[in-house]
Amino acid sequence: MFKELRPAIVLLACFTLLTGVAYPLLTTASARLAFPRQAAGSLIARDGVVVGSELIGQPFDDPRYFWGRPSSTGPAAYNASASGASNLGPSNAALAQAVSARARSLREADPDNHAPIPIDLVTSSGSGLDPHISPAAALWQVSRVARARGLPEDQVRSLVLSRVQPRTLGILGEVRVNVLELNLALDSILSSGGSMVKLDHE
Amino acid sequence: MTAHALVEVVLYLGLLLMLAAPLGAYMARIYEGQARLAQKLAGPVERLLYRLARIREDDDMGWQRYALAVLSFSFAGTLVVYALQRLQLPWALNPAHLPPVSPEVSLNTAVSFASNTNWQAYGGETTMSHLTQVLGLTVQNFVSAATGMAVLVALVRGITRKQSQGVGNFWVDLTRSLLYVLLPLSFVLALFLVSQGVVQTFAASTTARVVSPWQDSAGAKIVEQVVAIGPAASQIAIKQLGTNGGGFFNANAAHPFENPTPLSNFVQMLSILLIPAALCFTFGRMVKDRRQGAALLAAMLLVLVPLMLGAIAAEQASNPALNDLGLDSASSALQSGGNLEGKEVRFGIVDSAIWATATTAASNGSVNAMHDSFMPLGGLIPMWLMQLGEIVFGGVGSGLYGMLVYVLISVFIAGLMVGRTPEYLGKKVESFEMKMASLVVLLPAAAVLLGTALACGVPAGTSAAGNPGPHGFSEILYAFSSGANNNGSAFGGLTASGRFYALAISVAMLIGRYWVIVPVLAIAGSLASKKPVPASAGTMPTHTPLFVALLVGTIVLVGALTFAPALVLGPIVEHLQLQAR
Repeated sequence: MFKELRPAIVLLACFTLLTGVAYPLLTTASARLAFPRQAAGSLIARDGVVVGSELIGQPFDDPRYFWGRPSSTGPAAYNASASGASNLGPSNAALAQAVSARARSLREADPDNHAPIPIDLVTSSGSGLDPHISPAAALWQVSRVARARGLPEDQVRSLVLSRVQPRTLGILGEVRVNVLELNLALDSILSSGGSMVKLDHE
Repeated sequence: MTAHALVEVVLYLGLLLMLAAPLGAYMARIYEGQARLAQKLAGPVERLLYRLARIREDDDMGWQRYALAVLSFSFAGTLVVYALQRLQLPWALNPAHLPPVSPEVSLNTAVSFASNTNWQAYGGETTMSHLTQVLGLTVQNFVSAATGMAVLVALVRGITRKQSQGVGNFWVDLTRSLLYVLLPLSFVLALFLVSQGVVQTFAASTTARVVSPWQDSAGAKIVEQVVAIGPAASQIAIKQLGTNGGGFFNANAAHPFENPTPLSNFVQMLSILLIPAALCFTFGRMVKDRRQGAALLAAMLLVLVPLMLGAIAAEQASNPALNDLGLDSASSALQSGGNLEGKEVRFGIVDSAIWATATTAASNGSVNAMHDSFMPLGGLIPMWLMQLGEIVFGGVGSGLYGMLVYVLISVFIAGLMVGRTPEYLGKKVESFEMKMASLVVLLPAAAVLLGTALACGVPAGTSAAGNPGPHGFSEILYAFSSGANNNGSAFGGLTASGRFYALAISVAMLIGRYWVIVPVLAIAGSLASKKPVPASAGTMPTHTPLFVALLVGTIVLVGALTFAPALVLGPIVEHLQLQAR
């Protein structure tokens, strides 16, 4: 019995050093050298201030901005320190109620828009931090955003279309729009008098 | 089913096979000590480890000693992970100052990571310090995977050796799996993931000033977003390659910092099935008949592909409960549509459903979409894949040794039909092997069904369910299916951190891991000691389509007969209720 104890303890200690210390440290050092921006969270800065991460969604409730997906993180939506989902089952009445309430507030913010609401705009995401919406969901919001900002709808629509990310290689993933980047681009239309400025990625 | 979905499935499985074949050949050379270049590079480290631990490479172990070594190593690992969580100190790589974890959750996590299950009764970023993550969890991600691979190699030796008392040396098999396979692959994968946006830093969090200050439901103004980061990439690489699945963050691979892009998603899906698929090729080479490995791989694919397509179809359908709300859930050029609750837009339906089947076919258990919010039939498929015993690809090593047990059962059934002593690869399959094989099949299944029954009978079991009605039952059934088959994914609505589930799932995980490993090693020892019988005209070939069909039939029949009644009570009833609206 005790004969196998020594190799068990010695190997566990060695493997802990190898995979628990050397491996993460080596990976961290190589990552910092090769991909410093990504390793630190793909942060976006505007005028020298970090305004968010390209990969992490933010809550928007101002009609002048595009809104992202509903988020089920607690205690507040888009809590990037505690990711999580609703985990509501498809037959749960609470799901239908939540979706119905979201649809209602979207329509109240844009009463003349009678188009069906794209499903991703009323269902909460897996992480609670989804940075994207579908192009359909962004286009659905164009009328509201254009009115609130006093911009022509066509200008806002073409901004959305210019920001659509296609499937990778035409196959992987789905078409999408990054909400934070879209909203920053919207802001930059105003600040630069109609022409667009490029965001600086930290 | 869209054409795009079919193209992606074909691309995924095609690329998987192309990568698995050379890796499998490489691993066969590693285990047979013939990979000269690799051994020149890492050989000094390997020999140093043996010297420190006083291991002799040629020290051949009988199966009992091999099993004892596995158990003592796993036990030591469990203790360390338990201690790290209980002693989580504020100054020890714990930038968020997280407090010590409760005893029952610590036990559950320790058992979970040492048994390669990686069931998580906690939320990563809110519970575990960086020290616990790297010294405890990352380490077990590696060594529990290497343990599974070692046990498989012992079983293969049992099949190939002639009248031998030993099945190899556990310490050598363990060290080689780790040094030559898992560690280098993980390093490369981790760096690739960082390039896609997975974070890798020892800082705790970074704070952003939000673009548009916003009011939460309590009316408070929110102007900042605190973004949790950490050494995620290094853990995620091995979590996928080692069929572990435990996430760095609570949302697992749905979290944008764990899985930021469609490409990171695709590469992670490949790494989930890579080693389990490659081991089929390793097996074919080690038994000196590559057709045998190909037959096992074919059987796995025959089960997996229809279920994968079924899951895509189920999730692409819109939820009838949301039909009257004026929503657009049709798939188009501008959106993926379908059942998007709990899913991320960048993955949509197809990538989420492919992942869900891959992660439950393998005993990986990482999720990029929340299975609890899948449509009833979309959730049934991952659940049933686990209930099949995690042998369709399955865990690294553990999947293939489980599959080989099913091969013995199939050979035995065929032998009964024609009235001959069954044999596999020249070894007679007799009553001792069949007794052990029965244990491997029956004990985890019993743990699933009895555990679920127990949970349904006590208040602590039913009150933890997060959804009402049949879906709540599905959550409980899923939890025990996942635990007892060492998968680790969950219907996350179930509150698993309470004392009842923390302890009950721990027991299920222990049964699912060690009550399989010990009988499998017993089979290995028994087969190794046998004299090979020459193949004759009456020997049933085990590489033909006929045998593959028999094997698939056995797996599906056992899985269906054992679990159909329970599945009817959960997902099937829920499906009918939803469709009746």
